[in-house]
Amino acid sequence: MTRTALLLAATLGALAMAGPWIAPYAPQAQHRDFMHAPPMPPRVIDEGGLRAPFARPVVLADRLDQRYEVDEGRALPLPWGAPAGSDPVFLLGSDRLGRDVLSRVLHGARASLGLALVSTLGALLVGALLGAWAGYRGGWPDEVLMRVSEFVLVLPLVYVVLALRAVLPLVLPGTTVFLVMAGIFTLVAWPWAARGVRGIVAAERERDYVAAARAAGASPARVIWRHLLPACAGYLAVQATLLLPGFILAEATLSFIGLGFPDSLPSWGTMLAEAANVSSLARFPWTLAPAVAIFLVVLATNIAIERHGHTPLPIDRGTR
Amino acid sequence: MTIGHYLLRRLAFALLLVLLVSSAAFLLTRLAPGDFTIEQGLTITAEERARLAADLGLDRPLAVQYGAWLGRAVRLDFGPSFLYSRPVADLLGERAANTAVLALAALIVATVLGVPAGVLSGRRAGATRRVVRGVSLLLLSVPPLVSSLVLVWIAARTGWLPLGGMTSLASDGSWSGWVADLARHLPLPVLALALPVAATLERLQSQALAEASREPFVAAAVARGLSWDRAVAAHAWPASLRAVLSVYGLIIGALFSGSFIVEVVTAWPGLGRLMYDALRARDLYLVAGCAATGAAFLAVGTLVSDLLLRWADPRLGGGGVSR
Repeated sequence: MTRTALLLAATLGALAMAGPWIAPYAPQAQHRDFMHAPPMPPRVIDEGGLRAPFARPVVLADRLDQRYEVDEGRALPLPWGAPAGSDPVFLLGSDRLGRDVLSRVLHGARASLGLALVSTLGALLVGALLGAWAGYRGGWPDEVLMRVSEFVLVLPLVYVVLALRAVLPLVLPGTTVFLVMAGIFTLVAWPWAARGVRGIVAAERERDYVAAARAAGASPARVIWRHLLPACAGYLAVQATLLLPGFILAEATLSFIGLGFPDSLPSWGTMLAEAANVSSLARFPWTLAPAVAIFLVVLATNIAIERHGHTPLPIDRGTR
Repeated sequence: MTIGHYLLRRLAFALLLVLLVSSAAFLLTRLAPGDFTIEQGLTITAEERARLAADLGLDRPLAVQYGAWLGRAVRLDFGPSFLYSRPVADLLGERAANTAVLALAALIVATVLGVPAGVLSGRRAGATRRVVRGVSLLLLSVPPLVSSLVLVWIAARTGWLPLGGMTSLASDGSWSGWVADLARHLPLPVLALALPVAATLERLQSQALAEASREPFVAAAVARGLSWDRAVAAHAWPASLRAVLSVYGLIIGALFSGSFIVEVVTAWPGLGRLMYDALRARDLYLVAGCAATGAAFLAVGTLVSDLLLRWADPRLGGGGVSR
C-alpha cells in the first residue's frame, strides 16, 4: 500500500507540476470569436488516408446563439507547436469567454491537486507527530490529545470550514488562499492520522526492538522517528489515499461557492462554478471537464484503496 | 454501564458539542472584519449604518452581546435573522426539516440499493460480483458535487425532472398536490446524494458477507444439508450486518456534508443553503443558529447509529462508539 500511495502521489504531483507546461494556451487567453466553441477532437484519418493528428476547425454559424459548424474542408495542426497566427484548436472546447478548457483544466490541476497534496502532507505530518508523541509518552498529553481529536472528528466540518474561511476577507490573492485553505484542511483532518498512529505507537512501544533502542541510548525523538513512525507507514499510506480525494472535493466545494480560489486563478472548483449555470450547462456540457478530472483522480485513489482490501468511503474527510 | 447512563452521557456530550460549536461560530463571525451593516455596501449612509447597528445590537461590546445571546439561546431563542427579518428559530425549523427530508430519503434509497447489491455480489465469486464491484467503484468516485452537476445537466437535456428547488409555484396548493410536487423535485438531489453512499454500502456488505461465509458455522450449516444460498441467508448474512451497521454513523456524516453542496447546486432550501446565505450576509445570529443545528444533527445521527449497533450486536454492552 505504501508503494501504491507513493506512486499515486508522485503521478498526481507530476501532473500538478507539469500541467501548465503541457497546456497549449494561457489559462486567461480569451479567443473572442470562439466563445463556447465545441470540442475539436484530434483525428488521424483524412480522406481515407492516415496522417499526423489534426483537428477540424469550427466556424461560427450564429454568433447570438453561439452555434458552430465543423469545417470538414480544412485541417488544423494540433495546438502544440502550431505556427503562430493559426486558428486556435480547442481539444476540449472553450468556455464562455473563449478560453481553452483543456488549458484551464491543466492549470487548475496545479491549484487543485497541489492544494490537496500539500494538505494531505500537512495533516499526515501533524497527525503522525502528535499521535506518536501521545502514544509514546502516554499520561495526560495522551488523554488531552485523544479528547481533542475526538471532538474535532464529530464537528460538522462543512460548517466549521465555511465559518473559518468566511472569517477572512472574501477576496484574497491566490497564494494566500492556497496557504489559508491548506491550513484549514490540516487543522480539521489531522485527527484521522493521529488516532491511528497513537494506537500503533502505543502497541509497538512495548516491543523488544524499542526497548533495545532505548537501552542503546536513543532519545525519545530518535526512537519515535527512526523506529516507531516507520511502523505506521502502511497506516499513513491508507489515510493519505482516503484524505486526498476529500481535500480535492473540499477545494472544489469552497471555490464553487466563491469562498475558495479567486477567479483569476483557475482551479477545478472555480471552473465548475462558472459551468454550473443551468442554461449554459445544457448546451455546453464540455465545460464540466473539471468534474471529469475530479472523477478520474478520485477513481484512481479508490482503485488503489480497494486493491489493498480497504473500503473506500465517500466520507469527505476534508469537509465532513 | 446501563443504557440509561450511556444515553445520559452521550446526550451531555451532544449538548456540550452544540454549545461549543455555536459559540465558536458566533465568536468567529463577530470577530471577523465587517458585519451585517457593512455588507449593505453603499446602499445606506454612514448615519443609517450606525443606527442600523444600534438597532440590531451590533454596537455593544463582544462580551455583552455574547452573554445576551447565550442567555436566550439556552431557552432555544436564537435571536432575529437580520437577513430575513424573522426569528432564527423559525427559519432553522423549516430548513432543518427540508434537509432532514433530503438526507433521510437519500439514506433509505442508498440502503435499498446498496445492501441487496452487496448481498448479490458477496454471495459468490463470479461475473455478477465483478460487474457490481465495477459499478460501485465508478459510483464511489462521483462525489455529490459532480453527481449533482451531472444530474442537473441530464435533467436540463431531457426535461425529465425539474432542475432544482423543492416545490414549484405550479402546485395547486392542496396537500396532495404539494406531495406530488415534492415527489417530482426529490429524485434529483436524492440520487446525487445517495448513489456514492449506496456504493459504499454495497462494498461493505459484499466484503463482510464474503468474510462471514468463510466462518466455520456456515460450513457446518452446509454440512447439515442446507443449500449454500440458504446457509448464507440464514447464517452468514446476520453475522455480516454488524460491519455494515457500524458505518451508519459515518454515513450520516457523509450525507450531511454532501447535502450542503447538493442543496447549493439544486437550490434545495435546506440548512446548508441557509448557512451559506447567512455567512455571505454576515447574519450573525443565523450563522450561530445554523452551526448549532448542524452540530445537533450530527450528534443525533451518530447517537442513533450507535444505538442501532448496540441493538444489532449485544456484545457491545459497554459504551461502544462506532468509528
